[in-house]
Amino acid sequence: MKEGMSLIVKTVARWVVGFIFLYGIYITAEGHLGPGGGFSGGIILACSYILILIAYGRRFASRNLDWRIARIMAGVAALSFLALAMLGMIFETGGNAHFFDNLIRKNLPGTAFHLFSGGNIPLLNLALAILVLASVFTAFVLLAAVRFWETRGKKFFSSLEDGP
Amino acid sequence: MSSSLLPYFLMIPAGLGFLIPLLGRSRIRPADTLAALGTGLLLALSLFTLGKTGKHLVGGWPQPIGITLALDPLSSLMLTLIAGLGLCASIFSIRALDRHTGRSHYYSLFLLMIAGMNGVALTRDLFNLYVFLELASISSYALVAFSAEAEDLEAGFKYAILSGLGSIFILLGIAVVYLCYGTVNLPQLAERLALAPAGELINFSLILLLAGFCIKAGLIPFHFWLPDAHPAAPAPVSAMLSGILIKALGLYALARLLFNVYDLSPGLGRLLLGLGALSMIGGVLLAIGQNDFKRMLAYHSISQIGYIALAFGLGTPLGIMAGIYHLVNHAAFKSLLFLSAGAVEYRTGTRDLNELGGLRARMPVTSAASLVGSLSIAGVPPLNGFFSKLLIIFACVQAGRQGLAAAAVIVSILTLASFMKVQRAAFFGPLKDKWTGLKEVPFSMQLSLFLLMAACLALSLLVLPGLREQFLNSAQAVLSAGIMPAGGSR
Repeated sequence: MKEGMSLIVKTVARWVVGFIFLYGIYITAEGHLGPGGGFSGGIILACSYILILIAYGRRFASRNLDWRIARIMAGVAALSFLALAMLGMIFETGGNAHFFDNLIRKNLPGTAFHLFSGGNIPLLNLALAILVLASVFTAFVLLAAVRFWETRGKKFFSSLEDGP
Repeated sequence: MSSSLLPYFLMIPAGLGFLIPLLGRSRIRPADTLAALGTGLLLALSLFTLGKTGKHLVGGWPQPIGITLALDPLSSLMLTLIAGLGLCASIFSIRALDRHTGRSHYYSLFLLMIAGMNGVALTRDLFNLYVFLELASISSYALVAFSAEAEDLEAGFKYAILSGLGSIFILLGIAVVYLCYGTVNLPQLAERLALAPAGELINFSLILLLAGFCIKAGLIPFHFWLPDAHPAAPAPVSAMLSGILIKALGLYALARLLFNVYDLSPGLGRLLLGLGALSMIGGVLLAIGQNDFKRMLAYHSISQIGYIALAFGLGTPLGIMAGIYHLVNHAAFKSLLFLSAGAVEYRTGTRDLNELGGLRARMPVTSAASLVGSLSIAGVPPLNGFFSKLLIIFACVQAGRQGLAAAAVIVSILTLASFMKVQRAAFFGPLKDKWTGLKEVPFSMQLSLFLLMAACLALSLLVLPGLREQFLNSAQAVLSAGIMPAGGSR
C-alpha cells in the first residue's frame, strides 16, 4: 500500500487501535458511576479512528467509517440525546414535567453505585459518545481533505454540496 | 403554565437544527420550510409568554444545585426579538441563498445560533450561560464565513479569533467567580456577593467578564471584528448578527450580570457610560466615510450599541427603560437595513454605493424599506428610532449629564447625514444605464422587508402609556430591582 505512513507506524497502530477503542467504550460506560462520560469517551473513540486515518491514509479509513455515514450518525445521536432529554416532558404532567428528567431512574431505581442505577444517564452518555465520535471524525476528515485540495479535494467538496 | 414551556425554546431550534441536515433534497425544500415553521412556532410561543414570569428546574433539581431556566419580562422580550428576527431572516434566506450551496448546513447553524441565544436569555446559571454563548458564537463564526470567498473566510477567521478571545476572558472570569464564591447559580452568587466584602479577586473577575462581554457586544475599544464580520456574512446572517446576536450575547448578558448579580456601582455605571459614549461617537465618525453599504451599517451598529450602553450606564429607571426600548428598536430597523442592503446586493451583485444609483425606479419595495430603516435609525419623528433616542436624551438630562445629551443629539444628526448620503447615492438620483434591466426582489424577500417595516412603525406605539408600562417598564423593573432574590420567582 502506498498511502499512509511507514510499516512501523502501521503495525503499531494496528496493535493499539483496538485497545484505544475499548478504552473509549470503558470511559463511556463508566460515566454514570465514576469519572468518565460521553464526551471524553467519544473523544477517545474518535482518536482511534483518527489514528487509523493518519497511519493508513484516508481511503483505508473511509472503508472503516465513511464520513457520510458519520455525518448521519452525528445527527441521529444528537436527536436521540434530545429525545431522551424530552422523555420527562412528554410522559410526566404538571409540576413533575422537567427537561432532562431522569424518568427511567424513577421507575427502575436500582441500587446506588451499582450497574443500572443511573436511569437514563448511561443512555445519554452513549448518545453523546456517538455524537462526539462522529463529529470529531468528520471534522478531521474535512481538515485532511484541505491538503488534497488541488488533486482530489475539489471533487470531494463538490460531493458535499446539496445542490441549488 | 408558562414555566413548562421554557425548555421548548431550546428544544425546537436545537431539534430542527440537528434534523435538517439529515433530510435529503426534495421538491418541498424541507430545510427552508422547517426553518420558517420552527422560527414561526418560536415567535408564537414567545408572544404567548411575553411579560410573564416563570421558572423551570432542569432535571427536577432544586434551585442552587441544578440549572434553572427562568422567564421574566426582560428575557421574554429578548426571546420575542430573537424569534421575530429569526422568522424574518429565515423567510429572507429562502431566495437569498440561491447562489450558495450547502443550504441544509446553513439552516442547521442558523437554528443552533437561535437555540444558543434563547439559552442565554433564559438561563440562571453562569456556566450554562457560557455554554449557550459558545453555541451561538461558534455557529455564527461558520455563518459569517458561509459564502467561502477569500475575504469571507478572512472575516470569519478574524471574528472566530477575537470572539474566541472574548469567550476565554468570560470563562476565566467564571472560574475566578467560582473560586471565590463556590457557586455559579446567579441568584445564589448575587446573594453571596452582597454579603462578602469587596476583594481584589472579585474585581478581577468583573474586569474579565466586562472585557469578554464587551468584545461580544462590539463596543468600541473591542470592536475590531465587527466591521469585517457583518459585510462578509450573507445578508440574513448579518441582520441576525447586528440585530440580536451582539445584544443577546453582549449587552443583555452584561446588563444581567452588572445589574442583577454585581449590583451596579456608580463607578461601573460611569465605565459603561464612557464605553457607550465612545462607541456612539466613534462608530458614527467611522461610518461616514464608508462606501461599502453593509460595512457602513456595521459601523452604525457600533454607534447604536453605544447609545444602548450609554442609557444602561446612566442607571436611572428612565435610562434603563430607554436603553431597552432602543435595543428593541435597533433590532427592527438595523435588520431591515441589512436585509434591504442584501436585497440590493442580490439583484445588482455589488455593495459599493458609488456604483449604485436611481434604484428607486426599479426596486420600489427595497427602496421603501431602506428609506424607512434610514429614517428610523436617524430618529425622524413618526418612526420608532425617534422615540427611543428622545427618551435616551431625556434620561441623560434627567441624570444631570447634559454633555452626553448634546453628544447624543449630534451623533443623531451625523447618522441622518450618513443615511441621506446612502439614499442619494443608491436609491434616488438618475438611474444608471447598467441598472435599467433590474427587477424587484422575489416575493419572499419582499415579505420579510414588509414585516420589518411594519415592526418599525408599530414599535413606536410602545411609547404610549399603557403599552409602555406593560412591556418596557416591566422589563426595566427587572434590571432596576438590583440583585435577584434567591427564592423568588426569578
